[in-house]
Amino acid sequence: MVTAALLCVVALMALAPIAVVLSASSRANGLVYASCLIVTLMLAVVGGVSLFDRSTSGIVLPLGLPWLGAHFRIDALAAFFLIVLGLGGAAASTFALGYGQHERTPERVLPFYPAYLAGMNLVVLADDAFSFLMAWEFMSLTSWALVVAHHRERENLQAGYVYLLMAGFGTLALLLAFGLLAGSDGNYLFESIRAAQPGTDVAAIVLVLALVGAGSKAGVVPLHAWLPLAHPAAPSHVSALMSGVMTKVAVYGFVRIAFDLLGPPVWWWSMLVLAIGGATAVMGVLYALMQHDLKRLLAYHTVENIGIIFIGLGLALAFKAYGMADAAALALTAGLLHVFNHSVFKSLLFFGAGAVLSATGERDMEHLGGLIHRMPQTAFAFLVGCVAISALPPLNGFVSEWLTFQAILLSPQLPSWGLKFLVPAVGALLALSAALAAACFVKAFGVSFLGRPRTPAAANARETDSNSLAAMFFLSALCLVAGVLPGIFIDALAPVTGALVGVSMPHQAGLDWLTIVPVAESRSSYNGLLVFVFIALSGSIAAFAIHRLASDKIRRGPAWDCGYPDSSPATQYTASSFAQPIRRVYGTTVFRAREIGDMPPPGATRPARLTVELRDLIWDAAYAPLAAFIEQATERLNVLQFLTIRRYLTLVFAALVLLLLVLAIWS
Amino acid sequence: MLLLLALAPLLTGLVRLVKARLLRRQGPPLLQPYRDLIRLLRKEVVLAHSASWLFRVIPYLIFAGTWVAASLVPTFRSGLLFSWSADLIALIALLGSARFFLALAGLDVGTSFGGIGSSREVMIASLAEPAMLMIVFTIALIAGSTQLSVMAAHMTSGEVGLRVSLGLALLALVMVSIAENARIPIDNPATHLELTMVHEAMVLEYSGRHLALIDLASELKLLFYVSVIACLFVPWGIAPPDGNAGAIAVGAAAYVAKLAAGAVLLAVFETSIAKMRVFRVPAFLGAALMLGLLGTLLLFVSGSL
Repeated sequence: MVTAALLCVVALMALAPIAVVLSASSRANGLVYASCLIVTLMLAVVGGVSLFDRSTSGIVLPLGLPWLGAHFRIDALAAFFLIVLGLGGAAASTFALGYGQHERTPERVLPFYPAYLAGMNLVVLADDAFSFLMAWEFMSLTSWALVVAHHRERENLQAGYVYLLMAGFGTLALLLAFGLLAGSDGNYLFESIRAAQPGTDVAAIVLVLALVGAGSKAGVVPLHAWLPLAHPAAPSHVSALMSGVMTKVAVYGFVRIAFDLLGPPVWWWSMLVLAIGGATAVMGVLYALMQHDLKRLLAYHTVENIGIIFIGLGLALAFKAYGMADAAALALTAGLLHVFNHSVFKSLLFFGAGAVLSATGERDMEHLGGLIHRMPQTAFAFLVGCVAISALPPLNGFVSEWLTFQAILLSPQLPSWGLKFLVPAVGALLALSAALAAACFVKAFGVSFLGRPRTPAAANARETDSNSLAAMFFLSALCLVAGVLPGIFIDALAPVTGALVGVSMPHQAGLDWLTIVPVAESRSSYNGLLVFVFIALSGSIAAFAIHRLASDKIRRGPAWDCGYPDSSPATQYTASSFAQPIRRVYGTTVFRAREIGDMPPPGATRPARLTVELRDLIWDAAYAPLAAFIEQATERLNVLQFLTIRRYLTLVFAALVLLLLVLAIWS
Repeated sequence: MLLLLALAPLLTGLVRLVKARLLRRQGPPLLQPYRDLIRLLRKEVVLAHSASWLFRVIPYLIFAGTWVAASLVPTFRSGLLFSWSADLIALIALLGSARFFLALAGLDVGTSFGGIGSSREVMIASLAEPAMLMIVFTIALIAGSTQLSVMAAHMTSGEVGLRVSLGLALLALVMVSIAENARIPIDNPATHLELTMVHEAMVLEYSGRHLALIDLASELKLLFYVSVIACLFVPWGIAPPDGNAGAIAVGAAAYVAKLAAGAVLLAVFETSIAKMRVFRVPAFLGAALMLGLLGTLLLFVSGSL
């Protein structure tokens, strides 16, 4: 199987130079994206087959380090992430078949896109530290190239700069982590790392480094700063890949290190992961609520979902540390199911944002409105995504959050006191973030798609093309299927949890009416299918009965609005006014939000103004001082650039003496 | 299911009547909500020019979601046929879906009052929903289940007794229920002053059968919360799954008595308190959230608290 997967990756790699040659021609767009679609679908099939076969297969290629070679392997975990990557990539390629035609500089997007897909898949396939890091860096660089594809906009350039720095920093942390894991012998093979079992101190440092390295790519708070800048800057199908899929590759990296390579966990690791997960979930959604740029809102919301995934992973680590294997399997399944779910609905939402962007040229929600009339199909798909991401039944987002809640309810049995206090707090944070997510997507959908158009661009929008719609409807259908038939997806994850924590959740598919029962029937059960059928039935019966027996007449008239309808669309609630109550409740502490009103004196003709000042405390506390320090340090060290040759020689000599001294004292 | 549908307006009628009597007014007759619904159903719908297809679908979605949630609560007999299809967390989330769509409806026509209503509603919900989940956690940890019928059975079994955490959960649940049902002091269901409206502002543009469905859904929601409180905290009288006709009759009588008591208590509470400013609401609901969290925390620390 691994050979087939690698052949697919090679095909993607080969597409990149072909795209360079072809990019001038008008057919390049269709050709490149259609090939990507086929290849990514094949990758998903490879992942699916290996997951259901429960087979692992490996291969060694004579590449990379000469004494090591490049090792690739597909096990259950890799197979699951291959499916996520394949489906996400296929959907993005389908969307791009239509969306890519609006691209003004295709030569800057087409070559990097297949290479980026190849990089992500290689990370998942890699079976030694060297290939993993190479693939990781390749993925970072190709995605950076896509972020700065529209490099004429200053904002994008800055986003690319911040991204490059953070990506480099993250890879450095991972490099150190693998260095420690490999030990002084240089055992870069995952297999020998697994066999070596690092000591507890080393393992602790590796875990922190992995959390920093993989976490910075996934966007955990406080390492999220680059994410909301870089993800929206890229073309929309790439944004969908970055947000929906690349963050999952980062989660894969963390899971691989923490659950697989490090051996048995220590309980306090989970405290770290849980605390970070809880903070990430709430901060991410609060940031998202303050945005009025549609794509940036979605990017911040990715941060929230990464937090939810990390809460599941942290719980799994805690249960695993105390040998509660069944509970660990439940928590891990919840986290991994959310990985899949988030990749589906976040890609869907980014496609929707992309369709809006290409139809109106606007990303700012304050300039949209009323799009449901002009783009009904996009609006429907986007609405499905909104309901799914807000964790509302009967769609898929709810299932994974429900499983996480069930895992939390098992945690009073944990013996450690630290966890006894932390887990309920994290549960409250998770509940809070779920409620805020619903608020956030009422805002996102309500302000951009409902109401009356706020600008001519929104009023004259056109429905997007059929390829883009096909991609969106495919993902909407996945949202529904994963929501009403979650048992199938939970069962599919069984080999993964079996490999990582020893056992899997009870088999779900054979239960009556396809119910899911995570622990025991008397404890909890949920049946998405029945809930969906009940809602559909009672809704349609009500509609039918009322239309038949009571009245089905409709008269169109002007809006009522308490008798004072104002014809100007400017009187509608905007994105910022919608978020104002929430900003006052949470933002005054979290963002030091201040409203500054400027009221002209009576008689003056200038307009009154209300500005809102938000401060990003994490940026102010961590990033700004660091940047200032580096700037100052480089300013000082700049002197070294203008020395005479004698001084340079003295410097070299002094350094040599110093190093020899260190060596002499050390031994 | 149909029984609930029939009972819901009666409960609202009773609350209104008791409130009116407490204010020394004659009050509307007990059956007035039924008449209102029938009259609204028969009227034609006046739809704003800017209303979309979603605006017309939403009343049915809200009604269906609330109805399904309310029918999955054990009322007078615990062995519901489909009670395993959704546990209490799922029921709360189902009501959350209904609210999500209601808030969208407020934004659909593009008027300022609808926007006011939606934005305040999501602010209230952003605190009420986590508070409710923490309450569910507290009770679930005691009962060892999130399944409502198992919870109710556990509460009647006599091994629970008086507990600090349950007291906290009850207090928080009452606070959340008041907020969720748009009652004084959070919102005023009888208001005619635009700037104080939350729920009423969102449904301002609805008329005819759509309005009837939304009204019925909010009546069902009130019934849902009273039933949940009754089922969890005063579960006496609920007939067991294999109970005979006599037990079921006792259960039904007990249920009606509980509903009536709930309605009277709600009316007394509403008349004795003034409405809050909007930005005092977060403090009120934050307290409910903290109570719920405290209850859960106590149970994590010691299973017997």
